[in-house]
Amino acid sequence: MYFWVLQSINAFAFGSLLFLIASGFSLIFGLMDVVNLTHAIFYMMGSYVGFFIFAHTGSFLLAIIGAGLVVALIGAIKYRFFLLKLHGKSLNQVLLCLGFLFVFDDLLLIVFGGDPLILDVPSYLQGMINFGGIYFPNYRLFLIGVGVITILFLHYFIEKTKVGSLIRAGVDDEEMVRAMGININLIFLGVYSLGVFLAAAGGVFGGVILGMRPRMAFEILPLALVVVIIGGKGNIKGAYFGSIVVAFMDNFGRALFPQLSYFTLFLPMVLILTFKPEGLFSNNKIKRRTIT
Amino acid sequence: MKKLVILLCILMVISLMSGLVSAAETFKIGFISPLTGTFSANGMDMRDGVLLYLSEHNWKLGGRDVELIVEDTEGDPKTALTKARKLAELDKVDIIAGPLLASSGYAVAEYARNNKVPYLDNIVSADDLTQRLYSDYVIRTGWTSSQPMQPFAKWVYDNLGYRKVATIAYDFAFGHETMSGFHYVFEELGGDVVKKIWPPIGTADYAPYLAQIPPDVDAVLANFSGSDALRFMKQYQQFGFKKRFPLIGCGTLTDEHILPSMGDEAIGVISALHYSAAIDTPINNEFYQKYTQRYGRIPSYYSEGTYTSMRVLDVGLQAAGGIDDIMAFLNGIQGKEIKAPRGNFYIDHYNNPVQNIYIRKVERVNDQLQNTVIDMIPEVSQFYNYDPSEFLKKPVYSREFPPVD
Repeated sequence: MYFWVLQSINAFAFGSLLFLIASGFSLIFGLMDVVNLTHAIFYMMGSYVGFFIFAHTGSFLLAIIGAGLVVALIGAIKYRFFLLKLHGKSLNQVLLCLGFLFVFDDLLLIVFGGDPLILDVPSYLQGMINFGGIYFPNYRLFLIGVGVITILFLHYFIEKTKVGSLIRAGVDDEEMVRAMGININLIFLGVYSLGVFLAAAGGVFGGVILGMRPRMAFEILPLALVVVIIGGKGNIKGAYFGSIVVAFMDNFGRALFPQLSYFTLFLPMVLILTFKPEGLFSNNKIKRRTIT
Repeated sequence: MKKLVILLCILMVISLMSGLVSAAETFKIGFISPLTGTFSANGMDMRDGVLLYLSEHNWKLGGRDVELIVEDTEGDPKTALTKARKLAELDKVDIIAGPLLASSGYAVAEYARNNKVPYLDNIVSADDLTQRLYSDYVIRTGWTSSQPMQPFAKWVYDNLGYRKVATIAYDFAFGHETMSGFHYVFEELGGDVVKKIWPPIGTADYAPYLAQIPPDVDAVLANFSGSDALRFMKQYQQFGFKKRFPLIGCGTLTDEHILPSMGDEAIGVISALHYSAAIDTPINNEFYQKYTQRYGRIPSYYSEGTYTSMRVLDVGLQAAGGIDDIMAFLNGIQGKEIKAPRGNFYIDHYNNPVQNIYIRKVERVNDQLQNTVIDMIPEVSQFYNYDPSEFLKKPVYSREFPPVD
């Protein structure tokens, strides 16, 4: 019992962290058809910048916002001056993103050095909560809260606001939105920056648990990919459920069948790609679009 | 045409001869370690230990000029082997030194055994390299993984009074051998290792593994290294385990290569290793000072390990003049007292040091974490107190041996 409850809460916490990375990844993939492999490095960059800000100001909140904004700016520049030039050429964009992944990874190594680092839990989030004999760190519960707030915010933003409706329209039919005289490039830029912001903020939240070290992005990337495949691209709710599902599989896979932990993670991905390639939580619109 | 062939022959003979002549003068060391990737910090410590010794001794070992060729393994056994072959076959080095990981070490040692290329193993601690797979060509100046852990089990049993212990360590030879060495001796004394948990290298989140620790153990024994150690320790504290189960470990868990990145979570952790940067002897203090001054960071056991390996080479070359006659070289080092920052030691007939094991406790001194030496077990052999031939009849310590009952 102790084992199952602890593992389940932990899977939720880890899933919330994954969601911060995967939501932006999924939005960018869905809206712009860009498989943004650089996303994982934005997470890492967020960790490092957040660590730097936290070390100098001592404010965790400032670290999150600061790292988010700084990295989002870098992301926006990358989008505006590089990705946009290859608009519509998906394969070239993937290669460009892959290139940026390596370049940024080495840049981080030069700037922050190769020593592994880890963020401290801010003092007000330290400590444990006792659920009838099961101790659980406050910080991980806080992460679950962050995940819930983010999904609520993104859901409201995309479903209820005018900008959100434009994004949805863009996902469905980009040319029609253009034809109606809407500057979709600006929306692309905004969504890209928002996605990067979420990843970088996730980097700060995750830096407390996972720490940071060179080449880390290559461990995060497969998880984000699996989430998007399970949840369906461009689908926020799908990304949330996908993150939780992946976290549960990863967590219990490691705990119960440690030798098969990659198997338990990637087998569902293969099955979903084979039998429901649009993703478990995807709506038909995206399905139609991927076929045509 | 005929003239040309003759000319070429003469040229070849001359170049071959000059090669031989220079080989007799300069002693070539091929050094491999991971200088990029996950283990780059450890790899750079290893390189810098070698460089410090050689520059202190004007690049001379046993009176011979030394040439050092450094290659990067990227932490990959395949690359390590490729680089070792390159060094031996292309650069024609006299000895190969390094690498870091047990997997790379096994690959290089096998190459050394089969091709009779001397291999100076200064860090790789895989037990069997100097036990069941012993070879004259594999000279170890570091340690075997189980070497500090066997006496540590007795020390823990006697001094801390723990009787029920769970272990959590890397799921490869290094983790298996350290944990099982402790396990074997601990159970022989009457203690009980109730559960052994094995996370893989590079585990991001240790929570799924921590949750498996049985709630009734007296302590948890752990072994990780590098960024894995950093994350493990932080998460162990975040889950409040540190207050419930005291943490003990193999010395790499709090080794100086990662200790400066740690915080309060490391304080109080007790571990065993053949080195601590905080050993208070004149020779170590001097080494510590020189190293810190030159590289701007404290020496780790990796730095001391390669530094001291150069001393062993120095002693051997002094006695034998070279290493082409491997038996003469071995006679020159086996059983001879070697001075080292870790404390003087000698090399046994299986080419592994018999050395002091330090029991260290992490403390904060002058706002810096250090491995304070709280006890010392002198002259520990890789076979502990067992008879070598009896010891070698047991299977090597592994994931399955001794079994958890």
